[in-house]
Amino acid sequence: MEIVKPQWKKPSPSANDAVSTLPLYRSAPSLEVRLEDFELYAIDRLRVLKGISDGLSRGKRPEEMEKLVKDLWKANMRHPLQSEVTNKDIISHFVLRLVYCRTEELRKWFLSNEIALFRYRFQLLSLEAQRLLMAEFDLPYKPVTTAEFEGVKEKLQLVARSIGLSKPTASDIFYKVPFEEVPELVAGRRVFIYKGYAYVAMTQVVSLVATQFRGLLSKALVLTNSLTLNILCLQKVDIYHQRTREGSPNSRGSWKPYAQAIWVLTSLRFFVTLYKLISVVFRSHGQVNHEEYGSHPSQPKEFAEVSIKDIDQVAKSSFPPCMRHLFEKLREDHHLKHGGRMQLGLFLKGVGLKLDDALAFWKAEFSQKVGAERFDKEYAYSIRHNYGREGKRTDYTPYSCQKIISSTPGVGDHHGCPYRHFSEENLRAALGRMGVNSGALENVMDKVQNRHYQLACTLTFESIHGSSHDAGINHPNQYFSDSQKIFKSKWSAALSNLMLCSPLLCSCGKSWPQALSLEACVSVPQIFKSRGRSSLKTIPLDKENLWATDSTFTYIGLCNGKDGRISNGKPKIGWLEDILRGI
Amino acid sequence: MAIEESENGREDMSIDGQKHGNVAVPDEFNVNYLKLYYAKLFPYADMFKWMSYGNDGKHPACDKYYIGRREFSFTLENDIYIRYQSFNNVVQFENSVKEKCPFKIDIGPVYSVDPAKKNAYAQSGDNVFTPVERELIFDIDISDYDDVRYCCSGADVCLKCWPLMTIAIKVIDTALRDDFGFKHVLWVYSGRRGVHCWVCDGKARRLTNEQRAAIAEYFRVYKGNENSSKKVSLTGPALHPFLVRSYSEVLERFFETRLLFSQNIFSTEDRYEKILEMIPDSSATSDLRGKWQTKRGSKEDINVVRWEQLKNTLQSGKYKPQGLRRCVEEIVFSFTYPRLDMEVSRHMNHLLKAPFCVHPKTGRVCVPIDPNNCDEFDPTAVPTLSQLFEELNMGGTRAYDDDEWDRTSLGQSISFFRSSFLQPLLKSCKEEMESSYNAKLQQSKSSLSW
Repeated sequence: MEIVKPQWKKPSPSANDAVSTLPLYRSAPSLEVRLEDFELYAIDRLRVLKGISDGLSRGKRPEEMEKLVKDLWKANMRHPLQSEVTNKDIISHFVLRLVYCRTEELRKWFLSNEIALFRYRFQLLSLEAQRLLMAEFDLPYKPVTTAEFEGVKEKLQLVARSIGLSKPTASDIFYKVPFEEVPELVAGRRVFIYKGYAYVAMTQVVSLVATQFRGLLSKALVLTNSLTLNILCLQKVDIYHQRTREGSPNSRGSWKPYAQAIWVLTSLRFFVTLYKLISVVFRSHGQVNHEEYGSHPSQPKEFAEVSIKDIDQVAKSSFPPCMRHLFEKLREDHHLKHGGRMQLGLFLKGVGLKLDDALAFWKAEFSQKVGAERFDKEYAYSIRHNYGREGKRTDYTPYSCQKIISSTPGVGDHHGCPYRHFSEENLRAALGRMGVNSGALENVMDKVQNRHYQLACTLTFESIHGSSHDAGINHPNQYFSDSQKIFKSKWSAALSNLMLCSPLLCSCGKSWPQALSLEACVSVPQIFKSRGRSSLKTIPLDKENLWATDSTFTYIGLCNGKDGRISNGKPKIGWLEDILRGI
Repeated sequence: MAIEESENGREDMSIDGQKHGNVAVPDEFNVNYLKLYYAKLFPYADMFKWMSYGNDGKHPACDKYYIGRREFSFTLENDIYIRYQSFNNVVQFENSVKEKCPFKIDIGPVYSVDPAKKNAYAQSGDNVFTPVERELIFDIDISDYDDVRYCCSGADVCLKCWPLMTIAIKVIDTALRDDFGFKHVLWVYSGRRGVHCWVCDGKARRLTNEQRAAIAEYFRVYKGNENSSKKVSLTGPALHPFLVRSYSEVLERFFETRLLFSQNIFSTEDRYEKILEMIPDSSATSDLRGKWQTKRGSKEDINVVRWEQLKNTLQSGKYKPQGLRRCVEEIVFSFTYPRLDMEVSRHMNHLLKAPFCVHPKTGRVCVPIDPNNCDEFDPTAVPTLSQLFEELNMGGTRAYDDDEWDRTSLGQSISFFRSSFLQPLLKSCKEEMESSYNAKLQQSKSSLSW
């Protein structure tokens, strides 16, 4: 039982301890944490965040979300010791900060789900506790006086009515804040705004507080990242050890920020634990977000290439409704507006259309409308741009469902999510053309009515392919690849196994400090193609290098069994595997 | 967007031709006129004063590197873009414009470092090259109204549909000033088919992307796309005060007194069918359809008669109220409410064409529009290059007095730009600078005495 001891003293307890409120995670606490707890707490919190993320992407309503968060928190964040509950909250948050600070994409994910968690927890607090928390932010806003309230009463009542809240009276508290502080209330026209000030009702204070919290956390994540990047060289950690041992707690001086960011980075074993978490996170995100589609080399080569001549056929068989609509419109009108070009173009790139083919494909259509010369002059650039060959040379990734659902197609636009942006009539017609039978169609429309757009798409997938899809659709390219997978069922078993194991395989052959770098985590195992079968090369894990601890990771051997399946050597990852399944 | 432009090339510009077609000068736009325009008329100094926001003064709080971090982008003939240019002073700017003779000048954000050296910074890793300041901008295009105007389509504009732009200015300008408290708002004719808006208050320039998106979203009512029948959906038991004001002060009156006739929106079957589609109650629509299919001779304008019938039917209480309650408003909103190009406003790094550019298709100068008198603005009367060229020639020998443009119809626009926009703006820039400087001074003083 390893115990990591922090080297500095606990700050004096704050005066507000009496009323329980939410932690703001301003600074890392000095607590003693067992490594097991370090890991388990983080996994528990990850379950909560993952649940929130799922709920949001399924378009759950605020009241449904409130219940969901409450249940998730109850199920995962309990602790037998009452005194440990707050600690678990704080520790797990800071551990995940370390894990999620690594890339922009991860930071974004963590931020948005932590904020959502914060909001719903805030709403569950008593009014008293809410006010205390507001006081902690030290916001300079005073409640609107009665006289001022009378002046704008009518407008405030109108706003309240427009969003279905009860009529405000003089006894209700309103805060007058610069509109910049409550962007989401402005965007939803949920506040009265006058001369640059928004009148925020006490019931809406959560968005004011959430904005503040977001600001704190967003800065902290960037800082943590830059600090841990520096720290992740062992030499520096050694120096750190010496310094902290030499200096008294009060004279930490310039080491303070380091100490905060890496409050438990005191043993090598900590790194191993952290690395495990990082690989867990990368794996779960690889499966959940599909961010790597298109740009990522790990894409299985079997269907990573689509040539122009096949494209009509695969469009018919495997494109999700949003892409199929764009594709058909393009063929029909020989033109798409910018939003449609981006949505379809990047999807096709993810599907495996090479740059040259993409240029030829778009040119064939657009030149019928604008002429080849104009195409070369005005449109070719942005296609090359999408492939990272122009401008800032970013290799852009295809849009996810979430992005497509939240897009705002306007006049003349055909992009967006059909389930969300089509009228009922048009959607029914489109799905009918795709071959969704009438029974399934009603189920789909039912989901649409409840704004479960991705579930509606999942049902569509199931109806068309005649097989269940348990994971749910959350990326058009996932729809495509899953569809192709079914069509090429011969390969499916081998491929899905491969995808499951890749994050682990990839770290082979590197000693673990190197393996800590992200590149190593996401690089790909070699895939060999022999005699028309995909087979995996057996790569022994260098046990001594990778897990020089009491870790339960065991040798992973994959060998090619008969009939293209992996028959033995299924990865045995012990308890971590069980946890993974739960996520 | 670009497609529409070319499809309706020059032959569609007959409206301009009829009004101001000058027989002596066949083309409204050519490179030689443009060169002359840049040589004699383009207001370099005013543009630079504006973009400097007071940082070109002698005050100790001035940031003398401010203007040098602003991106300018030129579009040359044949659509060659030159992006990320910067200029440290007006002479550099003027020389570069005169030398390259850009068909279009775009203004981008102020970056953290000189955009011209962005590649050098890019190599140092860590995202140091990032936009830090940018006016809050809006772009409204008449081509986005194609489903509700019958006089023109695409990039064409006539005096029948231009008022849609006028009321867009009224609605947005009022909200920017009264709701958001902005003071320095510049409206500019885009040279062809729309208007641009620049909100230049310090507060506006420093908005984050998220805050910009929130404001754009606040303005967004129109949510239609090609695959949904209902373009505007007003939900909830009441409208937000901003929408109430827009409706009662601008939209309703405009719809009933002008748009009904100017666009004849009820005159034919396919036109009124489009409106009936917006009514979710089928018995109400068939009721109205019945009335309208039998044509009866009436002295009154058919559009007015049918609109009144529609209003009476929907508000009679005969049909189940849910859904129909907002329907009259929804129809008015879908025909008149401003349609913003959201992407332009959302992000700091979107480019926008500079005022006083010349539109290469129409030859018209992108002149400022006075929001207080926007009803009087006539896009077909905006000076064109050839007209300005004529006027300069007419002035003949009266050379070397203060400003060339005083001799042309551009003079008015430039003096409006100065007096109503630039001077008040610079005054408040100065005040802002002064007060923040004093506050800093105070701070350092008190820390010293402590």
